[in-house]
Amino acid sequence: MEDNQGILWEVFLQPKAGRPFKHVGSLHAYDKTMAMESARDLYTRRGEGNGIWIVKAEDIVASQPEDEASFFEPANDKVYRHPTFYTMPEGAKNI
Amino acid sequence: MNTDLYKYTLRLADTALILSHRLCEYTSKGPFLEEDLASMNTGLDYIGQAEALLKYAAKQNGTVDADQLAFAREEDEYANFHLVEFPNQDFGYLITRQFFMDVFSFYNFQLLKESKDETLAALAAKSLKEVTYHLKRSSEWMIRLGDGTAESHDRIQGCVNHLWMYVDEMFDEDEVNTNLLKENIATDLSEVKKKWMKKVSEVFEIATLTKPEQPKYSLVYGKDGGHTEYMGFLLTEMQFLKNRFPQDTW
Amino acid sequence: MAKELEEEDPIKLAAFQAKIDAEIKIEPKDWMPEKYRIGLIRQMSQHAHSEVIGMQPEGNWVSRAPSLRAKKILMAKIQDEGGHGLYLYCATETLGTSRDEILENLHAGKAKYASVFNYPAPTWADMGAIGWLVDGAAIVNQVSLQKTSYGPYSRAMVRICKEESFHQRQGYEIMANMAKGSAAQHKMAQDALDRWWWPSLMMFGPHDSESAHTSQSMKWKIKRETNDSLRQQFIDKTVPQAELIGLKIPDDNLKLDSETGHYSHTDIDWDEFWNVIKGYGPCNKKRLDHHKKAHAEGQWVREAAIAYAKKQELKLKTA
Repeated sequence: MEDNQGILWEVFLQPKAGRPFKHVGSLHAYDKTMAMESARDLYTRRGEGNGIWIVKAEDIVASQPEDEASFFEPANDKVYRHPTFYTMPEGAKNI
Repeated sequence: MNTDLYKYTLRLADTALILSHRLCEYTSKGPFLEEDLASMNTGLDYIGQAEALLKYAAKQNGTVDADQLAFAREEDEYANFHLVEFPNQDFGYLITRQFFMDVFSFYNFQLLKESKDETLAALAAKSLKEVTYHLKRSSEWMIRLGDGTAESHDRIQGCVNHLWMYVDEMFDEDEVNTNLLKENIATDLSEVKKKWMKKVSEVFEIATLTKPEQPKYSLVYGKDGGHTEYMGFLLTEMQFLKNRFPQDTW
Repeated sequence: MAKELEEEDPIKLAAFQAKIDAEIKIEPKDWMPEKYRIGLIRQMSQHAHSEVIGMQPEGNWVSRAPSLRAKKILMAKIQDEGGHGLYLYCATETLGTSRDEILENLHAGKAKYASVFNYPAPTWADMGAIGWLVDGAAIVNQVSLQKTSYGPYSRAMVRICKEESFHQRQGYEIMANMAKGSAAQHKMAQDALDRWWWPSLMMFGPHDSESAHTSQSMKWKIKRETNDSLRQQFIDKTVPQAELIGLKIPDDNLKLDSETGHYSHTDIDWDEFWNVIKGYGPCNKKRLDHHKKAHAEGQWVREAAIAYAKKQELKLKTA
């Protein structure tokens, strides 16, 4: 017979309505119902959550560290995407 | 003091107390770590229910506190169901016991939250939220084990067959119940029984389990102070410090 | 065997060290030297096992807790310990091992856990001493580990530290109540302190000069402070707490050095330390057997869960 500790799931928690979901940790479970309930039992013991997402760890597509330079550095010199790039005439409000 | 109400409160309180005790004994013995934590959550919900109910009983009594009720009574003064005294023989027994209790608590609290007794109604409304979750979990486990492997099916069917003897106690109507039902305080157990049987049948069908016959086994029920052979050992352990050092606080 | 440092690519190794020196966390997919990975698996799984085995001495008393309040607290505390073990198991898995492998190593005696849990807990006062001293020592260590260089480990530590803060308080509260209780209670409390003081000091590990992994672990910031320095912090914090509740630390040479602000103390009985690590402590066999037994007894449940999940998947596919 097979024996193992189930598959790995990643848990995301929304602390309050309206807030973004944030990764809080992982757990093992054999099916998604169990994974959801274990996430509740494990990661919301102190009332930390209002919503839970779970996803199989193997289904997550992650960027590779070796792509770091080509992925993220090109954004560094595009300062015109930030509001502080622009000068406003003295006294202008709420633009 | 309304002695019927007092007895009724203690039955609810002690059943929660003894079940939480069994669940606390299970710590570090679960089939995998996640499940260990989950059953402790259930245990914590039940000890919370027990504490609130024992406080209410103590208030009615007027001469004791919740801890004295929990730890310093004679065996025949405990009024819990036999079912919850049953030891954690293995995970199958633990889940079957939990499932039977959860179905009962779910329907019982649904009715009890309409009780004329405001304290009981409020406690039932709060506990119902916890029990709704417990019932979901224990039903799913009954199904996983029933419809899992051939071995798990046989084992869980064995647990069902064995623990079925404790089921009829939950629905036994006696004077305490009928008196309080007239006052709109207690729940109608025949109503709870109908719903219990229906829910259990539904889960059993998905879980490919069968319902055993239901003869009456017990001469004296736990709710009337008669207990199984398991209870003495349980109390010896639970009351150990209170017995050994009756005057001390911790 | 892990690749020796000399066999690693020197350019990658230098970049790795530069990142660590700059306090940039290492994440699972980042390049890391084999020795870093293996060392972390060893330390993190040992840490996780300690949490999980640590449930047992307290589990020994939870069914005999003297009040509803005490019972509830202890249940929640043991549950937290299981949770902490679980966070750490999952964090360890990010290094390319599996929960199954981690548990196999525990059962085979290849992986260690904190030796302190191989000591017995014969009275209720031990629940106080474990919370106050053992958790107290663990917290000193864990606070320091929040800054460890491996991201998943550091994040788990942050979460654990947040949750642990009540553990030591509840232990100290038990000790304080018993110390001012009846003569019998006071004696139990003092005995428990006598029992747990030295094992708690041993939790920080051998002297820095004797510690096989310390210097490399410090360089890679797996560990942020040395064994001896953490041990000293613990002693300095704990001695006044004992005095406050009228208990005596079992060390006649304990003396506050007014210049350094640190307590000097008798050296640990290192023979006992190594003896327990080698497996000859009072409860080594009991604790490991307990874990193996629960694991073996749960096998049919895990198999059923696997079989059921497969059936469900099949139903989805054919539906």
